[in-house]
Amino acid sequence: MKYADEFRDKTMAQGLARAIGIEADPQRAYRFMEFCGGHTHVIFRYGLEDLLPANVRLIHGPGCPVCVLPASRIDMAIRLAARPQVILCVYGDLMRVPGSQGQSLLRARALGADIRMVYSTLDAIRIAEQALDQEVVFFAIGFETTTPATAVMIRLAKKKRLKNLSVFCNHVLTPPAMQSILESPDIRALGRAEIDGFIGPAHVSAIIGTEPYGRLAEEFGEPIVIAGFEPLDVMQAILMLVRQVNDGRSEVENQYSRAVRPEGNRRAIEEVSNVFELRDQFEWRGLGLIQDSALKLKRPYAKFDAEARFVMHELPVVDNPACECGAILRGVKSPVDCKLFGTVCTPETPIGSCMVSSEGACAAHWTYGRGRDYQLRRA
Amino acid sequence: MCLSVPAEVTELLPGDMAIVSFDGVSLEISSALIGDLAVGDYVLVHVGYALAKIDPAEAERTLELLQELGSVAQELRS
Amino acid sequence: MRVKSYQRKLDIKNGCIDLSHGSGGRATTQLVLGLFHEAFGNEWLARCNDQSAFGVRSGRMVMTTDSYVVSPLFFPGGNIGSLAVHGTVNDVAMAGARPLYLAASFILEEGFRLSDLKAVADSMGAAARAAGVHIITGDTKVVERGKADGLFISTTGVGVLANGLELSAENARIGDRVLVSGCLGDHGVAIMSRRHNLAFQVDIVSDSAALHDLVAVMVAAGGAGIRVMRDPTRGGLAATLNEIAHQSSLGFRLQEEAIPVKPAVTAACELLGLDPLHVANEGKLVAIVAADMADAVLAAMKAHPLGCDAADIGEAVADHHHLVQMSTSFGGRRIVDWLSGEQLPRIC
Repeated sequence: MKYADEFRDKTMAQGLARAIGIEADPQRAYRFMEFCGGHTHVIFRYGLEDLLPANVRLIHGPGCPVCVLPASRIDMAIRLAARPQVILCVYGDLMRVPGSQGQSLLRARALGADIRMVYSTLDAIRIAEQALDQEVVFFAIGFETTTPATAVMIRLAKKKRLKNLSVFCNHVLTPPAMQSILESPDIRALGRAEIDGFIGPAHVSAIIGTEPYGRLAEEFGEPIVIAGFEPLDVMQAILMLVRQVNDGRSEVENQYSRAVRPEGNRRAIEEVSNVFELRDQFEWRGLGLIQDSALKLKRPYAKFDAEARFVMHELPVVDNPACECGAILRGVKSPVDCKLFGTVCTPETPIGSCMVSSEGACAAHWTYGRGRDYQLRRA
Repeated sequence: MCLSVPAEVTELLPGDMAIVSFDGVSLEISSALIGDLAVGDYVLVHVGYALAKIDPAEAERTLELLQELGSVAQELRS
Repeated sequence: MRVKSYQRKLDIKNGCIDLSHGSGGRATTQLVLGLFHEAFGNEWLARCNDQSAFGVRSGRMVMTTDSYVVSPLFFPGGNIGSLAVHGTVNDVAMAGARPLYLAASFILEEGFRLSDLKAVADSMGAAARAAGVHIITGDTKVVERGKADGLFISTTGVGVLANGLELSAENARIGDRVLVSGCLGDHGVAIMSRRHNLAFQVDIVSDSAALHDLVAVMVAAGGAGIRVMRDPTRGGLAATLNEIAHQSSLGFRLQEEAIPVKPAVTAACELLGLDPLHVANEGKLVAIVAADMADAVLAAMKAHPLGCDAADIGEAVADHHHLVQMSTSFGGRRIVDWLSGEQLPRIC
């Protein structure tokens, strides 16, 4: 695949690994958080940690929209899908996410709810056009990358005067979540020493650009490198972060210049801002309530808002108190520090958010990395 | 994250749609988020939408830089 | 037995299954004789009994059964009918046995088109003839509209094991080599490309094929050096190797670069967020072979048309956690785990 295979080259990876080994100061530790679950996946999928010196450590962040979706929102979707007239359209990722009391969309479907997996928001439009006597609701999740597709769908639905299509909006924002991690009390107590820099998600920045991170880098003194999702992209970003730390710099740098421009994708930003506005606050599974961290539909689009249209209520769900997802998502603990990890909490029976999607820190560690734990324990 | 593949635009269709292909797979996507798409452009595809165009010159520059970083490290070590 | 002349002929072109075809009356007989016997035609079916008798040869008998539910029913490279023959033939063959007879059972949904049923039955008959097996007994039932996805097929296979082999998943030994017979993931990707909600175009057809002939040449080359054979269907290579690792109480170490996967299969998997090692195959096998016989078996596989892309992809290692690990083409290492839950396309 052009623009992918070149960035998976083993020889170049070894060269980069040597460069990181030479430039990383053996006297200090480097702890970088890859915010995005996609990076977590790449790191485990290609075994990148095997190529890094021992003092360069990666902390797996909360950037997986499925992982951070609270159980209460899944419950809302399940209750909605139970209504006789409703067809709920979802991305495949959502099917297995646990709601409260062991419920999931997969189970709800087994019990008779009309839940359909779609690959694109355009599929939801097609379904709505074919089922005019039913209510089609699109369960929208995702970060800035995925939001424009929902915005385009709503614009098209309005243009087509589709009256039976609405959106259950759960779109969330990357920079506020990063800020919340940096501001959390346990990070503060440790003098912010736990995270020496961020690997930022390139696909988010393909939409929003690099500019929204400027304030974070400046205010919190955190180096941020926007990186692509091929293994060499991630390796290069790590080298760029090592250099920033060594130089005492805290800047926003763009490793993924082949598709990320500083200003992002203007057209996509406009599509989103036409339809969506900030929510006052939104709950993130594991991280709690974060101010201004999610989107809702603007007033002129209220009739497309499923939460208003179906008077949906969010009922609080108490997460398992033994679950360490919050601390893991903030980089304070690692998956193996959690008592539930690999015992009651596995990808087949996820308890916490990090085990839900294959991109979650715990699931990725379980699926790809547990051999390393066994080896460490033996050593 | 957001799963995305780099794909080549092979055909422009009416109604802001396009056909893209990568390594023998082709599919119809929306080009609504990109203004000036042309056949032969490479784009990042996510949930059936083109998100951004890939700049061939920048990709080349990154690859050259990666090569350079690796070979400098090789020299330093030897 | 001939269809009585006073009955109206089956309208295969325009007709469809209705409840009378499952009633046990004339319509049932007409369907069985006019469609299934036509397609499968053999001396056992011609006797029109509720069972068929056949002689038992020397050696041990092998028996297996499998149900086929696939959407869509027709896919590039085959349909549910050819799949129902190949799948069961392969399950018999993985014991190192020679498949002989099949039984086939059909659950038909009211409204299913007779032309489609004929196409399925014809391709079953063709697949069975090509594999040298006979479909010697069967059954049909009809369920009301909405109670089945068009057509479900169950096939049971019987074969004979004359070579004294005892292949079993607990037989793998440390140091054994892992051989695969060809490129992985073709069937799963071909099927997914035709699901209406995913529609993408890809030049990949299902690998659905009967493997017993390939197995025979492998056994001739490797004899008792072949410890385990499995066809990595649902759950792909990953599931198969994890099963063997657990049953044999050891681990596997694979080389990613050695595992044959077509570029288009890799590409489709990247699009859908799937791992090719989790994707189903219907015409591939994995063999665990004693190290000193591996080259001979691999050479025999490569000389067979169904094994021309065969490869040695790794070895069995001591590991009390029974992990399947893989050295990545990138120089790192990772676990190849079972698929968790259902295989669903992802966006993130």
